[in-house]
Amino acid sequence: MTIDAADLKRLFDTIAAAIEADRDRLCQLDGVIGDADHGIAMALGFNAVRDALAPLDLATIEPTALLNLAAKSFLNAVGASSGPLYATAFMRAAAAVKGKAKLADADVVALFQAMAQGIRDRGKAEPGEKTMVDAWQPAAEAAAVAHAAGKTLSQSLEAALAAAESGAEATKDMIAAKGRSSRLGERSLGHIDPGAASAVTVIRAVRDGLA
Amino acid sequence: MQTKKIINDGNRAVDEMLEGILAAHPRHLRSADGSPRSIIARDGPRPGKVGLVIGGGSGHEPTFLGFVGKGLADAAAIGNVFASPPPDPILECAKAVSGGAGVLFMYGNYAGDVMNFDMAAEMAAMDDIEVRTVLTTDDVASAPHDQRHKRRGVAGNFFIFKAAGAACDRMLPLDEVERIARKANDHTFTMGVALSPCSLPQTRRPNFEIGADEMEIGMGIHGEPGIARGTLKTADEITDEMLDKIFAEMAPKRGDTVAVLVNSLGSTPLMELYIMNRRAKQRLDDIGVSIHATWVGNYCTSLEMAGASVTLFHLDEELRTMLDHPCDCAMFRAG
Repeated sequence: MTIDAADLKRLFDTIAAAIEADRDRLCQLDGVIGDADHGIAMALGFNAVRDALAPLDLATIEPTALLNLAAKSFLNAVGASSGPLYATAFMRAAAAVKGKAKLADADVVALFQAMAQGIRDRGKAEPGEKTMVDAWQPAAEAAAVAHAAGKTLSQSLEAALAAAESGAEATKDMIAAKGRSSRLGERSLGHIDPGAASAVTVIRAVRDGLA
Repeated sequence: MQTKKIINDGNRAVDEMLEGILAAHPRHLRSADGSPRSIIARDGPRPGKVGLVIGGGSGHEPTFLGFVGKGLADAAAIGNVFASPPPDPILECAKAVSGGAGVLFMYGNYAGDVMNFDMAAEMAAMDDIEVRTVLTTDDVASAPHDQRHKRRGVAGNFFIFKAAGAACDRMLPLDEVERIARKANDHTFTMGVALSPCSLPQTRRPNFEIGADEMEIGMGIHGEPGIARGTLKTADEITDEMLDKIFAEMAPKRGDTVAVLVNSLGSTPLMELYIMNRRAKQRLDDIGVSIHATWVGNYCTSLEMAGASVTLFHLDEELRTMLDHPCDCAMFRAG
């Protein structure tokens, strides 16, 4: 299957709806080890993307331009930590598919990996530090492994989701080393990282949207 | 159950607050053209002067924008509640206050703020504005002493911004302003305690749970858990606990001078703050440290959280000069 700008726009609509539905749970998770605003920030960001993409002429815009617009609108609506992290992810995704009007399976997998790498670079975070990287990184790797093994895009995204879910779950056993919760030390143990939890929601929406 | 707030729409709270602030302080503040969340001093930015840009999330008023004015910060970039502003309003602040002598970014040490301000600094560099950054890290509860760079910035911002703003107003070059800002940060120590939670305008739910007889020692100004939860103690015991921790790091000597800030996190009243200040004075007298100046009130809040912090600013001749330098801001005046 191939993905074009119209598919990407619909995908962002799907993500926005999924995050909006998950907003209060994410705020509650963040309230335990942070400042309780993560669901608000994520919903603001993806709603801003949805609104920014709505007037686009999808017949003429290329995926790169669409993704760069998504980055800019997310960043300016949110700030916070999630703003630069997701904005960088979308900008790297845009760069990864530059010049392509339609994305093949391999392009989507490459885009996924570029997003994960962008988040790592911007946040200067490594796996194991109890951040959204602990969901994004294994998800991107799982998608790449599945694709290399000849799986379909939807099977690859299913593998990504499973990896993201177990990655997010594993953050319960991690001591936060980045972000506000890092000041808690061992008191962050036993709680899922809200950024990893929202990453699972985003990745699940990607699977639902592109399946 | 939802908390009670006097608001119209949680999503519009920050922008409606800014409208009200600009209406109240037209002599001091304006917003940058086309960037309503970039609040600029009417008087202050001028050619040859280092521009001081501060900023961060909303919900801490009068921090940050209340400290914008002649002799203190030239601009503040305003974020959503408890969230860093994005790079664009920060960049617009930098452009508005740049007098050709460089711009200093100062803000509390939080991951989100660092990412957004760093992106803004990169964008400013493309416009040929030299930007330096000094993070505030005054919260002694948030990391061990040997990891001071990991600490968060809290109410002590007040002293640190004041010193840096004075250095800018005295037309010192960027290197000197940066040196004084770092020194002021190194000389500032804050410790806080929270008694009841705050709630975000968008959720109107308490952002943490705490028992009726409990306090959270070292809680952050966004409701981040502190270092320990304990039974609520008396004002003297709480103040002692804070000062013991601060003294252990500041290592005051007999004859030293400090400035004191006893700050409410929002709903703790002046009565309780002054009871704490009374104890702080006793403790400082006991060790022979003199108090150059004291501020008591709401200086760095956390919406309607109940609780307080104590900050000591360990003065030397230079820092005292900067503290005494006149300033005229919307919500703070000195000299």
